[in-house]
Formats: sequence, structure tokens, C-alpha cells
Amino acid sequence: MLLREVEYARPATVEEAVALLSQHEGARALAGGQTLVNVMKARAASPDVLVDLGRLAELRTIGFSSDGMLEIGAMVTTSQLMASSEVDVARPILAEVGGTIADVQVRNRGTIGGNVCVNDPTNHFPPLLVALGATFTIRGTGGERTTGADEFFLGVYLTAVGEGELLTKISVPPRKPGQGDGFAGLAIGAHGTYIVNAAATVSADGARVALGCVGAVPVRASSMEETLAGAELTEQAVRAAAEGLGATLDPPSDVHASADFRRHLAEVSAARAVLQAAERARSH
Amino acid sequence: METPATDRTISVEINGEVVEREVPARRLLVHFLRDDLGLTGTHIGCDTGNCGACTVHFDGAAIKSCMMLAVQADGAKITTVEGLAGDGELTPLQRSFSEHHALQCGYCTPGMLMSATALLEQTPHPTEDEVRVALQGNICRCTGYVNIVEAVVSAGAAGGH
Repeated sequence: MLLREVEYARPATVEEAVALLSQHEGARALAGGQTLVNVMKARAASPDVLVDLGRLAELRTIGFSSDGMLEIGAMVTTSQLMASSEVDVARPILAEVGGTIADVQVRNRGTIGGNVCVNDPTNHFPPLLVALGATFTIRGTGGERTTGADEFFLGVYLTAVGEGELLTKISVPPRKPGQGDGFAGLAIGAHGTYIVNAAATVSADGARVALGCVGAVPVRASSMEETLAGAELTEQAVRAAAEGLGATLDPPSDVHASADFRRHLAEVSAARAVLQAAERARSH
Repeated sequence: METPATDRTISVEINGEVVEREVPARRLLVHFLRDDLGLTGTHIGCDTGNCGACTVHFDGAAIKSCMMLAVQADGAKITTVEGLAGDGELTPLQRSFSEHHALQCGYCTPGMLMSATALLEQTPHPTEDEVRVALQGNICRCTGYVNIVEAVVSAGAAGGH
């Protein structure tokens, strides 16, 4: 397929990438390209300048900060997450959920930074990172800032990363003893696009639950979280806490599911994610 | 600082040979392989990133060449299906495809071979489940999956690819 003519630059440093993005109107960062190249083919997006992040080795690392946070570079691929011993030790749910994204070829190219910056409401990582309480580091010409997951996702295809800015890393708190994570949902086919998904983390402090595919951005199941705070997470209690969650949502209707069915799936998925997290919390 | 440009000279090692060409930034890797280099073994099935017929190896990893720009391949090592039997002798996996009748129309075969070769390099003796996961991104529109999976499992069990 023939893409619209585009200018291309491949910066060698993050500073250069930020400069290129801020100096050229209509410039877009090109990460793994597993979304952007496709939407350019369909001409649903026609950036004037592509700033290829492929050579920014500093964005491809996974490590720990001095205060023990798991730090994932924005250009880390899903396959890299799945093979990472750091992820396996600190937050294995990231690799587990990553392994259900699309297929091997897409996981080999697609990056965690691209997945969250696209913020397609059906993407896997946005609700998961909201549930895990991740922090996002954004670099601009004026310097660096961080934003919490609850403030990062602003709308469909829209995040806190503004024009001329670049997401550089995602920091995830490591799993503490007695803490467990879960992810559940209904997809179109085994590894297909989600119709609804839910991510949960459970610890002695309570549960954090985030739903995907039911709004423009991941939706925290706040009332469910409040009900479950301090409660024993039996199957009965969790399912009861999820009841009524659907009525608080305004999900889309499409060929795959009506809004009502998505409301129902949201309750089921949230309960399953919490139960899975609770089970893991008991054994961790 | 880089100046954005619509064309770029790239140097790519393809099937062991270094190729240097000027390409438009908007050219997809699959078009570079097929139209510029005449390597038409890499097929275009859907052009939407779903079917995997265009799968090649990029620095050893299976990727879909319709979801990548040629300029992104600058400096990389690419292997296409033509690179498997470089010296004319079929690889054990290719022989296994032949023996198991793992193709009907054959359109998806180059992509299947590239995905399965990448799997066997990482997991020399895959189980059926592992093969199915590895081939998830490759669609056979004849629906001839059973023989394809058998061919890959059998090539692994025989200890080579």
C-alpha cells in the first residue's frame, strides 16, 4: 500500500528526538509502528514528519530505580517484557498480559510506550497500568515531568503526552508480599481484540480495579474498590461488590457487543480479575 | 541534528548480502523487498497486518514486513524465505512441509515458514501448543492448519530446522 509522502528522521538521543518533535509541526513519534504504520496505510493518520525512536537504546532498558520501582523504557517491546527476569520478579502480570497481545510478530515490534500512547480503548496495557498504579515519565524541551496513571489517559487516542513531548519510561511499583494481580475479560478469539477487560491488584490495603473498553479511558471501579476495602475476598463478596458496576458505565455499542452486554461483561470481568488477584495474593 | 527528509539511503543485510539503496521514507519494507529487490517470495496477503504472509526475520525475530518502513530496516539483518534454502537445498522444515502436505494454495507458506523457523531457532522441539501460539499471526485461508502444525512439530522432533 502506498502511504502519503512523509519526512523521516532518526534521532540518536532523546534530546534530539524531543527537539525534532517540538520543531516540526505535524511530527509524530514512531515507536514499533504496529499501530501507526497501519493507520498511515489507511490514511487515518498522515503525519508530516516521522521521528523514529528505533535507535534510542536508553528507551529499551528494563531495570530498577534506587527506590526499587520497576522502570520500563518506552521502547521496550512486548516480547522483551515477556522475557525479562526483572519483570518476572517484580510484576509478572505485565509479561502475562503482554503474552495475550496479538501475535508473535506484533509482540516482537510493538512497544509498551506505543501501546499506552495510542490509548486505543481496547488496548491491554492502559487498564493494567492504571490498576498497578504506574507512573509515566514525559520529556519535553522544558525538561522532565511525571504523571500518575489516573491522569495519564485523557481520551481516545489521547494521553498526557503533549505535542513536542515524548514518553520515556513507565515506572511500576514492585509486587509486595501478600499482593496479587489479575486480568480478565472477553476477547474476539483467543488473542484477539478485547470486548471488555478488567485489571485488578489486591493487597492488605484493598483492591484497585480498572476496566478497559468501556469508555474513552480506563475506568476505575471506585465503588467496587470501596466495598472491598478491608473485606474478606470470598467469591460471594467479590461478585456482590461487582453488582451494579455496569449501571455506572456508559460503554459503546458495536457489532461485537451491545452496551448492555458490555455492562454485564464489566461486572463479570472485574469480579474474575479481583478473584484471580486475591488467589495470587494468598500464595505470594 | 537530523534533518527530516522524504528519502534516505539505507544499508540492509538481506539473506547475507549487503544492499545499499535510496528509498522513499513512505515505502513499506515488503515493497522494498518485492519491488526494489525482486524478492517476491515474501507475499502480501492482507496489507493490514493481520495475515502474516509477509513475515520475514528482522535481526532474527519474526516480524510483518507490511507493518514496517524500509527506512526502519537500515542497518538490520533481514532474512526472507529465499534465504532459507540459500544453497538450493531445502531446510529440514521446508522438507517437512513437503512431506506433510503442509500447503494447499501455498500463498501463506513463506510466512508460515519464516514464523516456524524463528520458533525452531528459539524452541528446537516445540509442542503442538507452542507451534499454534507461534503461528497465531499467520493465517491460512485454505484453513490447512492441521498439516502445517504437524510439519513444524515433526521438524522439531526430528531435531532440525
